[in-house]
Amino acid sequence: MTVAIDRATGKRHGDRAPRPGLGQRLKHGYRKHWYAYAMITPVVVVLGVLVLYPLAYGFYLTLTDANSLNTARTIGVNEIEATYKFIGLDNYADILWGPTAYDRFWSHFIWTIVWTALCVGLHYTIGLGLALLLNQKLRGRTLYRLILVLPWAVPTFVTVFGWRFMLADGGIINSALETLHLPTPLWLEDTFWQRFAAIMVNTWCGVPFMMVSLLGGLQSIDSSLYEASEMDGANAWQRFRYVTLPGLRSVSSTVILLGIIWTFNQFAIIFLLFGDTAPDAQILVTWAYYLGFGQQPRDFAQSAAYGILLLAILIVFTSFYRRWLNRNDQQLAI
Amino acid sequence: MSTTTVENSAATEKGPAATPPRRTRRRGENSLGTSLASHGILIVASLIAFFPVAWLVFLSLGPDKDDYLHPGGIWGKTTFDNYTFVLQNTKFFDWLTSTLIVTLGTTAIGVIISATTGYAVSRMRFPGYRKFMWVLLVTQMFPVAVLMVPMYQIMSDLQLIDSYLGLILVNCTTIVPYCAWLMKGYFDTIPFEIDEAGRVDGLTPFGTFARLILPLAKPGLAVAAFYSFLTAFAEVAFASTFMLSDTKYTFAVGLQTFVSEHDAQRNLMAATAVLIAIPVSAFFYLVQKNLVTGLTAGGTKG
Repeated sequence: MTVAIDRATGKRHGDRAPRPGLGQRLKHGYRKHWYAYAMITPVVVVLGVLVLYPLAYGFYLTLTDANSLNTARTIGVNEIEATYKFIGLDNYADILWGPTAYDRFWSHFIWTIVWTALCVGLHYTIGLGLALLLNQKLRGRTLYRLILVLPWAVPTFVTVFGWRFMLADGGIINSALETLHLPTPLWLEDTFWQRFAAIMVNTWCGVPFMMVSLLGGLQSIDSSLYEASEMDGANAWQRFRYVTLPGLRSVSSTVILLGIIWTFNQFAIIFLLFGDTAPDAQILVTWAYYLGFGQQPRDFAQSAAYGILLLAILIVFTSFYRRWLNRNDQQLAI
Repeated sequence: MSTTTVENSAATEKGPAATPPRRTRRRGENSLGTSLASHGILIVASLIAFFPVAWLVFLSLGPDKDDYLHPGGIWGKTTFDNYTFVLQNTKFFDWLTSTLIVTLGTTAIGVIISATTGYAVSRMRFPGYRKFMWVLLVTQMFPVAVLMVPMYQIMSDLQLIDSYLGLILVNCTTIVPYCAWLMKGYFDTIPFEIDEAGRVDGLTPFGTFARLILPLAKPGLAVAAFYSFLTAFAEVAFASTFMLSDTKYTFAVGLQTFVSEHDAQRNLMAATAVLIAIPVSAFFYLVQKNLVTGLTAGGTKG
């Protein structure tokens, strides 16, 4: 899952690009802009074929009762026609209000929100703390930085298995806890501890990104601001509060948005840490995957409906976040 | 483990604040107490960051699949047998081949297709510009669950399940818009005077792009390629679902096969994990500087 965010929003070059008035622009129309359209054609075609068409098709599937028993498939030499039928918005109604909707949707929804908030909060605070430490003149700074980036450098699907060995019953973490006479929870079996473990692993994986970006932000703060505030008698906390934090605002708003999107969409960690064994620790993304591919028969229609709901949540959230930033005079982010 | 982390972050913020200012201290110099505290916290944090990876390496040296339960015993019998076994008797090289095909294919398509678009949206304002940018942005943040089901159906119809091309195409759904954004960010940093000069000298927009801007944009293309490579390499969800035969697994799928319901060959898995992680992490550290610079335009983590 990747997201790039444009930080140099239009302004600077908007003035320079040849830009006549609106009416004239419409008049010249395509004749004037044909090369721009020609240049974006490859991406438009790719997105149309690979994203928009599947999206439309997926939305259509959510209006049916498609599952792996009634979709078209080939068994040996026999081709079986699709027999699923159109059922309107029933899937959505069933997910949101149907019987046991709480267990199937709302509990995962709440857990997803908690998961996102906790993980991003931890990522940001720990990342900021480490970035502040690394921003000092300190012996061995480069070495610390190299080691601290390690969880980001090693692919997640590799490190998650390292954690799985450590968290397993009888693994190193429980052995250590036992030596210290502390309780040894069943990390990978008990719901609460599954959630705890998932947050722990995701925090471990996500801090380096925040640390590196915030360190970049810290280094770009003009040091004369610190000098000035020190001259004015500001103590360390005041310097942090009134120079560092405002200086980090644009970086922060971007990385927090990215962090929220990534954590909300985080698939690999929960999927690889628990597999199909933890129905209660699944966030919406992995739960949708479980419905569509982890169980028999595969419930394609409901899984696709979860996908559409997820997308709706993300779009609503992003536009609110953007509006909130705009209101605070921050035109950056996206 | 995690409680220490939490304490760290709390201590971190207090750390610099708690020290009394000393009269003769110059900016950027720390009192002894502050640096000791900083070093202490950084050492603990580094250990936490380092340990799970080191543990994986350590376990890969133990010959038995249950050695992770008695780690102390590994010291006496460290061996590279797991590595030789993985390289000789598993599908490691098949997985390597398919991973390379899929990641390099995705990277190539992503970079080639999105280069012109990145340039167009960086330089030109055309009707529909904002909508197009919005589509690019939203497409990147698609959760895997959105396209998974329809893609599976479409790929089945086209007989592209369990084929490299299918997985490459699916990976492109996020990589292409992402690369376009990244490259827009890079093209924005190339002065517009260069375009104007090219225009004055009679080049068409395409000529300007191909002969003036593209050669200058090589670092930007490289960063986009690194990102695509690392992202496609770490992709789990689609690869796990769309690749069915075990010779076509990418590493992200192949690694999971060591742990099934019946058997868990943890020692082999650890060895494979280390074999995968070493080149990728080395690559990451090599391009790290570029990646961090590229972070001004965004960021990635698979």
